[in-house]
Parts: sequence; C-alpha cells; structure tokens
Amino acid sequence: MLDLGFTPIDFKDEVLGKGVDRRSFLKICTLAATAVGLPASAGKLMAEQAAKGLKPSVIWLSYQECTGCSETLLRTSHPQLDELILDLISLDYHEALMAPSGHLAEEARMQAMDAADGKFVLVVEGAIPTADGGIYCKVGGRTALDTIKEAADRAGAIIAIGSCASWGGIPSSPPNPTGAKGAPQVLEGKTVVTIPGCPPNPYNFLGTVLQYATFGTLPALDEKGRPMYAYGRTIHEHCPRRAHFDAGEFVQQYGDEGHRLGWCLYKMGCKGPQTHAPCSVEHFNEVVDAWPIGVGHPCFGCTEEKLAFKVPMHDTVQIDRATPPDTYAPIHAEQGKASPWAAGVAGAVVGGVVGAGLMAAKKLGSDAPHDGDEPTDEEG
Amino acid sequence: MSAHSAVGGRFDTRAARILLAIVLVGLAVVVWRFAAGLGATTGLSNGYPFGIWIAFDVVTGTALACGGYAVAILVYVLNKGKYHPLVRPAILTSALGYTLGGIAVAVDVGRPWWIWKVPLFFWRWNLSSALLEVALCIMAYILVLWVELSPAFLETWETSADHPKLARFSKKARPIVEKALLWVIALGLVLPSMHQSSLGTVMLIGGWKLHPLWNTPVIPLLFLLGCVAMGYGVVAMESLLSSRVFRRRQETPMLGSLAGAAAITVCLWLAVRLIDVVVRGVLPTALQATSYAFWFWLEIALAVLPVVLLLSKARRRNPGILFQAALWMVVGGALFRFNTYLSAFNPGDNWSYVPSIPELLVTLAFVAAEILGYLWVVKRFPILAGEPAAGDPTRLGGSTRPAHART
Amino acid sequence: MALDRRSVLKGAFAAGAAGAVGMTGAGPARASERAEAPPDAVGLLYDSTRCIGCKTCVVACQDANGLPRDTRQDPLHDAPIDLNDRAKTVIKLFRDDDDGRVAFFKAQCMHCIDPGCVNACMLGALQKREHGIVTWDPNRCIGCRYCQIACSFNVPKFQWESAAPKIIKCEMCNHRLAEGLEPACTTVCPAKAVIFGKRADLLAEAKQRIADHPGRYQDHVYGETEGGGTQCLVLAPSNVDYTELGLPDLGDQPTAHLSRTVQHTVYKGFIAPVALYGLLGFVLWKNRRQEALGDGQGEGQSEEERS
Repeated sequence: MLDLGFTPIDFKDEVLGKGVDRRSFLKICTLAATAVGLPASAGKLMAEQAAKGLKPSVIWLSYQECTGCSETLLRTSHPQLDELILDLISLDYHEALMAPSGHLAEEARMQAMDAADGKFVLVVEGAIPTADGGIYCKVGGRTALDTIKEAADRAGAIIAIGSCASWGGIPSSPPNPTGAKGAPQVLEGKTVVTIPGCPPNPYNFLGTVLQYATFGTLPALDEKGRPMYAYGRTIHEHCPRRAHFDAGEFVQQYGDEGHRLGWCLYKMGCKGPQTHAPCSVEHFNEVVDAWPIGVGHPCFGCTEEKLAFKVPMHDTVQIDRATPPDTYAPIHAEQGKASPWAAGVAGAVVGGVVGAGLMAAKKLGSDAPHDGDEPTDEEG
Repeated sequence: MSAHSAVGGRFDTRAARILLAIVLVGLAVVVWRFAAGLGATTGLSNGYPFGIWIAFDVVTGTALACGGYAVAILVYVLNKGKYHPLVRPAILTSALGYTLGGIAVAVDVGRPWWIWKVPLFFWRWNLSSALLEVALCIMAYILVLWVELSPAFLETWETSADHPKLARFSKKARPIVEKALLWVIALGLVLPSMHQSSLGTVMLIGGWKLHPLWNTPVIPLLFLLGCVAMGYGVVAMESLLSSRVFRRRQETPMLGSLAGAAAITVCLWLAVRLIDVVVRGVLPTALQATSYAFWFWLEIALAVLPVVLLLSKARRRNPGILFQAALWMVVGGALFRFNTYLSAFNPGDNWSYVPSIPELLVTLAFVAAEILGYLWVVKRFPILAGEPAAGDPTRLGGSTRPAHART
Repeated sequence: MALDRRSVLKGAFAAGAAGAVGMTGAGPARASERAEAPPDAVGLLYDSTRCIGCKTCVVACQDANGLPRDTRQDPLHDAPIDLNDRAKTVIKLFRDDDDGRVAFFKAQCMHCIDPGCVNACMLGALQKREHGIVTWDPNRCIGCRYCQIACSFNVPKFQWESAAPKIIKCEMCNHRLAEGLEPACTTVCPAKAVIFGKRADLLAEAKQRIADHPGRYQDHVYGETEGGGTQCLVLAPSNVDYTELGLPDLGDQPTAHLSRTVQHTVYKGFIAPVALYGLLGFVLWKNRRQEALGDGQGEGQSEEERS
C-alpha cells in the first residue's frame, strides 16, 4: 500500500462506534467514488482503507477567504456526515476548525508537515495578495505568499478550493487593490488542482481527495487544473431547464408566468452557457434544487474567472459551444438566393437585347438595297 | 494579296467609350469576386452551382462564337468559295468569343490556381468526364483560332515601318502559317464538332435533375446543329451591321444563300428535336401546364419562326428580314442552351436561382468586351472583305489597302 | 480519277449520320460495365426506426472534422438546415401533419459504388480510394462544381463564403479509420441507429432486420441497388417511403450511365475524332489542289486568293 503519511485511527471506535453502520459508511464511500467518476468498486476500496485506519494528512491554509468553502464542506443534511468527512481524512491544520490557536497552532502545522513531508495534501482556501510584498494577509507574522510557497514545496498534492484560491475570486475583482491572485498563479510550475465555485459543491473536493487517498493519483484535469469529472461540462450542457431553452421558452421577468413554470433563465442573464460546473446535477446540501437555477435565479458563473464579479448579473452571454436545438431540418429546406430586383434586371436586359435587334432589323429592312454609298448617321 | 481591308477610323468613339465603361465595371466586380468569394457576388448556391456565367458566358457565348466553324464548313469542306469574304470576320468573332469564354471559366471556377493542371497533367485526366473533354477541346480551339486569324495580323505587321523586328518576324512567320493553315483549319473543324456537342452531354450527368424533355442521348447532336445555326446567325447579323455601320458594300445576295443553309440546319434541328421527344415518349410532359412545357415550345417557336421568314426568295433578299431571321436563330439557339443548363435543371423544388446583379454586370461586360475587341481589330487589321464604300474618304481608287492603316 | 468531291462528301455525311444514329440507339451494346463494390468496401447502415433525433452525430461529426458550428440560421443553436460547408451530416425530420407520421433521416455522402461525382470530376479530385470511400483531394480540384450537378443525392457542398473554397462532404472519417477508430457519428450514436462496418455485413444485417421484424420496415434496403448501389444503406419505417425521407427514386443504373455511354460510344478509342480529322484534311487538301489546278469545280469562286 502507498505510504501517504496517514495517521492511524481506530476505525471501529471512531467511525462505527459513533452509530454509523458499515452499510451506511459503504454507501457514503460509494457516493464519493461515483461523484469522482470512479467505479463503485473504488468505494469499497476506500471503505477498506478507512477500516484499516489509514487517513491522508491534510494541511488546510486559509488566506483571503470568507470560510465559505470550509462551510460548504460541513453543510450536510445528514447530521453525522461532517464527522465522517473529517474521519476519512486527517485534518491536521485548519484555522477555523482546529483546537489550538496562536503559536501552538503554528507549531502543530510544522509538526504535521514534518510528519508527512512530501506526502500531505495541501489545501488552499482564499486568494493570496501579492501587492506590496504580500503584506495584506499575514498569519503569525508571515505573509501568505511566504507560507504557501513553503507548504507547496513540501506537499504531495495541492488543491485550491473555491474560486478565490483557484483564480482570485472576490478579492481579485477590479480594481484589486491587494493584488489578489489564485494559488496556481503564485505557485507557477506546480500542479495545482483547482476546485472553483463560490462555494463549490463539497463532493467536487471530496472526490479528488479520496481518489488521491485511495489510489495516489489525481483525476484528469483540464487546462485550468479543474477535475474533468466535475468541470468538464458547462451548466448549459446538463441543465434541467435545457429543454425550455431549446423550445424557446424563456423567463422575461422575475415572477412572470414563465418563471412560475420553471422556464429557461437565459434571458435573465444566466451564465450557464459559459460556466463549467456540476451544480445542475449535484445540488447543494444534498437538498433537491438547492442551487441557483433550481430556486429560480440565473447562474452567475461563480466558477469562471472571466464572469464572476466582473460581468453584470443580468447580462446575457454567448453560447460557447452551440449544439442543435429541439427543432429539426426539414426533408427539403428552402434554399438558394432569389432577388426579385435581379430577376427584373435580367428580364429587362434580355428584352432590351431582343428589342434592339428587332429595331435594327427594321432599320436594315427600310434601307433600300445599296452598295454602301449612302451616308448614315450612326457612328461605328 | 488579300481582298480584305481595315476599316480605319477612330477607335475612340462614343459607342466604344460606353462599351469600355461596361467592361471596367465588370472588371471591378471580378476583382471583388476573387476577394470576397462567389457567395458574396453571385446568386449561385449548392442547388444551382452553374449559373449564367456558365450557361450564358461559356455555353451560349462559345456557340455565338461558332461563326468561324459554321462558315469554315461551307467554305472549306463544301468548297463554296462565294462565302469566303465571311471567313475572317467570323474567325475573329470566334477567336474573341472563345477567348472570353475561357476567361469566363477562369472567373467562375472556385479554385482557378489549379487550372493549368487541366491541360498539363494528362496522367490525371478522367476520360469519362464530358467536362474535361470540353475544357481540353476549348483550350486547343482557342489556340487554333488565333493561328487561323494570324494571317490578318501578319499581313499588316509585315509592312510596318515603325516596328522592324515585328515586320521581320511577320515576314518569316506568314508563309509558315499559310502552309500549315490547311491542317489547322481541319483541326478547327474537328475540335468544335467535339466540344460543342459534348457541351450537351455535360448536363446528362444530372440524371433525374434534368427534365426528360432535355435529358436525351441525342443532345450532343442538338447542340451541334444548334451551334452551327447560331454561327450562321451571328455571321449574318455581324455582316449586316458592319456593312451599315462602316459604310461598306452590303453582301445581301451571299447572306441570302447563307440564310438558306442556316434554315436547313434549323430544320434538321427541329426534326431531331421533335422526333426524339416523340420516340422517347416524353411528348405528354410537353403538353402539361408547366414552365418546362413553356420553355420547350418557345424553343420550337423560335426555330420555326426564322424558317418561315426565309421561305420565300424575295424575303431572303431583304436585309431586314435576314437580320430578323438571324436574330431568332441566335436567340432560339441560345434559349435551348440556357434551358438545358438552367431551366431544365431542378435539384429539388426547395432550390431557386436568380442571377445577382453583379453576376449580370459581369456577363454584360463580357459581351461588351467582345464587341469592343471586334471593333478594335476590325478597324486596324484587314478583316472585313470588299472595298470600302464609294463615299468613304479612305477609299483610294483601286487599292484595297487604306494608306493610313498602321499597326 | 478515283475519288471526286461528291463521293467524298457523300461518305462524310453517311459517316456522320451513322454516328448520330449510333449515339441514340447503340448504347446498351457498349454500355458502361456495371461496377462492383470493392471487396473491402465499408459503409454505414442507418436505421431510421432506431434514430431518436438527438443530433449528437451532427455535433460529433463537426468536432471530428474540424468544422465550426453552423449558427447562421439561429445564433443560439448549431442548426444546419441541410448539408452544407459546416455540416457533413445532418438529421432531417419527416413529418406528415395530416396523419401524424414522423421519421428521422440522417443525410450524408452515400459513397456510391459507381459515383456520379467521380465520373464527373475532370482531374479525379473526387475518387473512390481505400475501402471504396469517396474522398476529395484539394490538389486536384479547380472548383468547377460539376460534382454538385452530378450527385444524385446533392451531397457535395461548396464553401461559397471562402476566397479559397473547398468541397465539403462526408469522407467516412477516414482519418479516424486510419487510427483504428470508427467514424465519429457511429461512435457517439446512443441508439446505435447508425452503425459502421463492411458493406456486405451491413447489407446482410439490414436484410436480417427486415426478416426478423415483419411489418416494421420498408421491404427493401435503400442502397442495395439504387444508382448502381451505395455503400451507405438506409432502412425506413414501413409507413414512410424512402422518397418521403428525401432519397431520390433511382433505378439500378449508375448516375453517370447515360453520359458515360454517350461519351464512350462517340469517342471510343478516340477513333472518330482522328478519322474525322483525317477525312477533313483530305477533303481540304483536295479542294486546295483543285483550285491550284484551276479546276473551277467550286461554286461562285472569286478571284481572291484562298488562305
């Protein structure tokens, strides 16, 4: 088995002892596995790993953030899931959730990094300010820029959770006085998995971590470092209201008939066509329709750097990859260009030519037969 | 010594200026066509990939240029020397018309930068393609026509005082050309027989898209007879107009008997057309109330009309009647070709084609260029036959070479 | 004197008349030989009864062939209304508003066994190449568009908006076949309505489906013999005719049959043109000789010199 710097726990006590039966636990692992696009059998493997008491060490660094991404990880409707999430991984440093504070907290971080050097998962939440030497975010006297570089050099995998850590998020919106940037921009040359969203669905993050924990590999990433299993399609491409889009049924105003009927929000400024995210299939807090479009508000593109906090909420966007509509090409489609003007001109020309010819014939006929000695009044 | 003479006179007349303006407008459209693509400038579409640039400029245009071919048959094969004065003007019209037709092809095709491969890459020739045969024959025929016409130029250049090198070259070249001329003329009879008939075969590949009234294996024969009749028609019209405009002797008696030959050709065309339609059992389609029936009967009418006009000998002496009859032959022949390529071609009722105005302007420019070219050459080189008219200041008693005729 | 002008001319006219008659009637004797599908011919089988009209094939084809989305009709959607310069395949809907019959049709190149376009193309830009697939070579095409006239299925499309236009048509994703993949459309079809394979196998499969499901299909496979046979085959529902799907009602003669027969009859071995040239040369030479000898047999000779 890979040594990923796990902290051993007693599975029976810490997990099963909390009243969660094996069956439910297996279900949760399977859910997590399938969310990542791994086969259901991977869930079994994850559960076995957890049963062996092996958990990956996670160092969670927080910078210019609202802690929403941490909150999203904790928001479930199942009361014991937050504990289970925390029990599948070993969260060795998290400023909001850990017990120690101050110097003790910093010591705990160094210890955790030493213990799992080169193997721990570094999670970054929040943007990193770069203006003026990065002084706009300092923890324990050190700038964010400094601590993130130190941790990144020693991490086994780096995950940036949330839009702020992925590309700058809210702090980076113009005029960006602090020079806020995302983790990939300050950690050039390193592979950074980004999980954008404001906040992202927790399973986007959890799936990546569990894959890493179980197999030691990262999922397939796109050119922005986003896992393809979650960010491979745009909202528009798997939206429950897509049929309305194709049929041309749009909401024109909040509260109108179409809005009540759940029609497409494209005209209200939905950024779905340009936003890569799985929100339409993975709703939040495991509550059905708990996502913007589901509650009747257009998507505002929170995962996309070019959209969120830049393009006005109700501005419409272009369709990035147009796909066919609900309507069809007929067997024989009317085609070809027929300009009535041109037809008229063509007819006039032909008529003119024939007319001129007849006139010439008349003139020739009215001439007496000659040997060419009669002057004419035409020029050659 | 040739009995042809240059017309002389100013080239820069009002008519010439108007024609030149038309040509320049067409040229501007052609430049635009190459810059913006065919879609932007023409009314062509995937349903109608051939438009008036093919149907008129090339197919009809070259048929209008068949005067040389038609007269050559009379003069050289049937040995009717009295028509000889018509040969040079007819060859000039042919040379200009075919050259312009070739240019029209270069303007119409979408990837003209490979045109040179057509005559040169013989190992790639698809010998089943009727269009290839047409293309190769036309290319060869253009060369043949200019060679046939060259004695007119060489005669003039020979005595050019201003260009001694040209004069020397012409002196050397003329006897060579004249010696080979017989074999060149023979080629000039074979090539048009081949491609003018094959122009009809070209559209047969349309299959179900070509209406049954035109979808016939005898279409090559119809196209051949048609182009001969059109050739006679154009020669007659051009001769009558030239006599009047340039104040030269009218050649009415000769044209009268030429008209007789033309009428026979048209009668043959009518016979083949009608017999074919009846034998193939498609006559009922001509009796339905459709546009196809209309075009068919219009063709027939335009063929019958000139024949009727020319029935009486008295009528054949009237230049007005001759001109009219020739006009109907030309228009009727042009209509038949136009119908074969456009009216009878239906890729599906959902398709339509009307030429765009830029397309029409280019077609007009080609016609204007032909006339302009004719005027220019005829005034400077000994093309037209016979002596200048009595009142013409360029006439010098007895001589047929105007003194001021220069290169 | 053995030959005189009259007899020579008589002979010439007789030969011409015989040629004309030959053109009309002699066709079948020297008709184009029936072409056979190459033994490794591949193709598609499209089963209209299985198609759900999802148009994934349209999108996949554009992606695999580097074609842009066609948003010219409708800025929000990729919605080609026919095959065109951005769509090598398209799904069309047949709907009869009176009796409610509905059926889908997938249009693309039929890869005919004896294609009209191949017969038409002057320098062989369009040719049947590996596996009988009809492909287009940009180095041989002059853009004359004769192939568009020739195709019975109106398949080849021209890039009218380009200054360097190409002919756009399905080439069976032969670039994918070279990598051991199937064409894009058959790969993505969720209903397996269009499948790829050897023509012989597809034809057998099609016939088997007709046999196994009596009353479901039209009783023959379109493309088995139409136009001389095509490598892309179509099955239609029993209550929708192939012509209602937009397929032409073709006999089993190839498209180019008449044109080719006429050309071959007249120009077989190039004998006729050469013979005509020889004959004309002879006649012209005789005529000139007669003038030179002052024979006076020509009518209305003038004193002018003949060229």
